[in-house]
Amino acid sequence: MSDNQTSLTPNTREIDITKKTVKMQVSATDKIISTIIYILFSLFAFMCVYPFYSIIINTISANDLSAKGEIIFWPKGIHFQNYIDVFKIPGLGNAFMISLGRTVIGTLLTVGASAFLGFMFAQEDMWGKKFWYRFTIITMFFNAGIIPWYLTMRSLHLTDNFLAYILPSVVAPFFIILVKTFVEATPKELQQAASIDGAGIFTIFYKVILPISKPILATVAIFSAVNQWNSFQDTLLLVTDSKLYSLQFILYNYINQASSLSTMVNLQNAGSTAMATLATKQTSTSIRMTVTIIVVAPILLVYPIFQRFFVKGIIIGAVKG
Amino acid sequence: MRSQSMRSNSFRKFLYISPFMLLLAVFAYYPLYGWVYAFFDYTPPIPLSQSEFVGFKWFHSLVENQVKIDQLMQVIWNTFGISGLGILFSWLPMIFAIFLTEIKAVRFRKFIQTVTTLPNFISWVLVYSLAFSMFSSEGMVNGFLHMTGLTDSPTMFLQSSEHVWWTMWAWATWKTLGWSAILYIAAIMGIDESLYEAAYVDGATRMQVIRHVVLPSMMPTYFVLLMLQIASFLNNGLEQYFVFQNAFNKDTIQVLDLYVYNLAMGGGSYSVSVAISMLKSVISVVLLFSVNGLSKMLRGEGIV
Repeated sequence: MSDNQTSLTPNTREIDITKKTVKMQVSATDKIISTIIYILFSLFAFMCVYPFYSIIINTISANDLSAKGEIIFWPKGIHFQNYIDVFKIPGLGNAFMISLGRTVIGTLLTVGASAFLGFMFAQEDMWGKKFWYRFTIITMFFNAGIIPWYLTMRSLHLTDNFLAYILPSVVAPFFIILVKTFVEATPKELQQAASIDGAGIFTIFYKVILPISKPILATVAIFSAVNQWNSFQDTLLLVTDSKLYSLQFILYNYINQASSLSTMVNLQNAGSTAMATLATKQTSTSIRMTVTIIVVAPILLVYPIFQRFFVKGIIIGAVKG
Repeated sequence: MRSQSMRSNSFRKFLYISPFMLLLAVFAYYPLYGWVYAFFDYTPPIPLSQSEFVGFKWFHSLVENQVKIDQLMQVIWNTFGISGLGILFSWLPMIFAIFLTEIKAVRFRKFIQTVTTLPNFISWVLVYSLAFSMFSSEGMVNGFLHMTGLTDSPTMFLQSSEHVWWTMWAWATWKTLGWSAILYIAAIMGIDESLYEAAYVDGATRMQVIRHVVLPSMMPTYFVLLMLQIASFLNNGLEQYFVFQNAFNKDTIQVLDLYVYNLAMGGGSYSVSVAISMLKSVISVVLLFSVNGLSKMLRGEGIV
């Protein structure tokens, strides 16, 4: 934790220097510039946070007010009915499981494959190593295009198939670069010692490499999980079976059909004893925003905790890639 | 004897990775075979094997009459416009990083950095959903304008054909600015401290330090990223434009990737669509080699 934090605060030592020697030179223009910098950054930070904040307060506010766009700065008429009602939409629970499933399985496989391939490409002796490494890395720089991709996936019967969410992302060149760089930076003696003790390649990988690579594997895992969770295009192209819809895809559909869904939920509720008041009656706005929060919540929860891994990942990747 | 066992050992290592290489062959290389659809008169559900071979018919058809030329030109124009805006403002993350590291209040700086990188991690569908909530006719922005009495009737921000390139650029910038700045922040961290010291001893002001110490040290990073951006000039991606497209902005939002998608999945013209895809990929690879060559010429090393 601290390691990365210091690395993200670059000029700590320079700051002292600035204070000592530059004190006299802090001119009026410098002050104005500082103020402008602070204002601009605050403004941009506000633009980044406000959309999330405003949608959250809207989902817990009276639905008749949120539908008119009147909830702008703070919630009014707080209630949590929306989060109960939204799961009455058929398909949402299923989509949640699909997204969760592809995220968990996809991430496990991608991390495993990246770790193994990163380790293997760091080996000195492998038949055709240079060629296979290039064969892997080159795929970052070209693609056949989405339609040729779609047509070939279809010929492999990977349409309407859960495997289509998992298999294409198992071998991920960028992650392999990350692991390879990391493994190459670890002392060679570790592997040599294990090898002299008679450990085979898999034992070395499992007993030596995996434990010491934890930091970089965490980075790979978090990138890969976010990619899986956010993935939309593969559902759009390859899936017509609504049982395999991912949460992102369902959200996209809901944005366009929110009004009919709200009517449906309201009809369901009409039968129950607790009659919905105007404030808890579902509107297209309340449905749309509540689903949005459900889709974005995992990212919002995970992101602040793992931010340092993301930063580490992109920096190592940039140095090497 | 020994060397033979080593050779067999090295081949065994290859065997261990071969299943993964096979996966890569299937999902990254085999789709190139999909290019053959461009040379057939393919209309599903008739399989490719029973489709008629038509040679370069679809490539010719792209420019066979003025209407088609105009349509394709508009798409190319949009691609150039939106990618061009991106390149025109490619220095933004660098400036963002420079001024962010200038902030002396550590907590404030960390807060800004955390908050501004967040949008990079949400999908385009979510961005669209946020955009819809903020800017639709019943959204917060119109609500605010109405409440403060600035407007009587809601402004249709999203269903507008005006300024589409700019709004697309703005959303992309909103999403990626903080994230893209990280590489430059790393570059700033790598600057030799003695450079700063020397500058301050010489009596340089903050602005002068930025201009003469910080900016020059970031040029290599900027150059590489700019080259990569130029190399992917034609690859705007599909998702952003797909989620933001509607009947009103269709003419100005259709970039090549979206056009190719709409042609095939919307119009069923798979073969034409693959033909365009193919041209696009080939041009992209040529672009990549060109900027790589340029980089070798200017810096002595390539970018890939």
